Amino acid sequence: MSGQILFYVSASIAVLASLFVVTNKNAVHALLYLVVSLLALAMCFYLLGAPFAAALQIIVYAGAIMVLFVFAVMIFNISQTDIDREKQWLTWQSWVGPSLLVMVLLGEIVFVIVSQQNWATNSTSVAQIELVDARAVGSLLFGPYLLAVEIASFLLLAGLVGGYHLAKELPKKSTKQGGSQ
Amino acid sequence: MMSVPIEHGFVLVALLWAIGLVGLLSRKNTLFMLMSMEIMLNAGALAFILAGSLWQQADGQVIYILILSIAAAEVGLGLALLIRLRQHIGDLNIDKLDEMKG
Repeated sequence: MSGQILFYVSASIAVLASLFVVTNKNAVHALLYLVVSLLALAMCFYLLGAPFAAALQIIVYAGAIMVLFVFAVMIFNISQTDIDREKQWLTWQSWVGPSLLVMVLLGEIVFVIVSQQNWATNSTSVAQIELVDARAVGSLLFGPYLLAVEIASFLLLAGLVGGYHLAKELPKKSTKQGGSQ
Repeated sequence: MMSVPIEHGFVLVALLWAIGLVGLLSRKNTLFMLMSMEIMLNAGALAFILAGSLWQQADGQVIYILILSIAAAEVGLGLALLIRLRQHIGDLNIDKLDEMKG
């Protein structure tokens, strides 16, 4: 029973923090709300019986990826003029169309989810969530999913090379050539 | 451990995904669009974790790890592009990226 309450509390924290991320005007505040949302989701993962995924969510997502965001925001050097410009961009007209369309879509998805009758019959153990530990994940990861792990490593290598290539300083000559073309 | 109806978890997935989609569609600042995409990716990851705990299999967490590496690569490349964009046009407005004219 207490696990249920914890799940609903952390789920509502995640939803609220995501709303603040989307509506905030200051990039640094939005980033911190995003960290809160990720940590709340990590709590949900733990309560759903996936402690390994919860630990990875905190270490990799809320730790490494968000630090990358924070460094990028530091490089962007957000000033008061940026925040004022953000206020100009965010008029209420820009929210109406997307919000209405996505509300309709969300209503349809929730209707489909709630009207499914066979959630309980598909699984014998909905009532009692069991722990799936890191040992099972590891033996799957380096057994049937070995090729996927290799492909993920190629993807990360490509991200590394691409990030290095895109973010390094351009030499003056090549920018002139790029401008004249 | 506990008993949450699994459809409530999927409703949470749909809510987070919808919030991310609204942000992606209505913001003009590219940095906020990237953050909204992070929210949507996280909603997808939560769906896999939910399915994994529904069927008591570790496959959901394996796919979660793959989603994590995709998110890391995407964020690295996206932020590098944003740094280059900020150097070129001064702010991060996506509407200024129409130089190629189709």
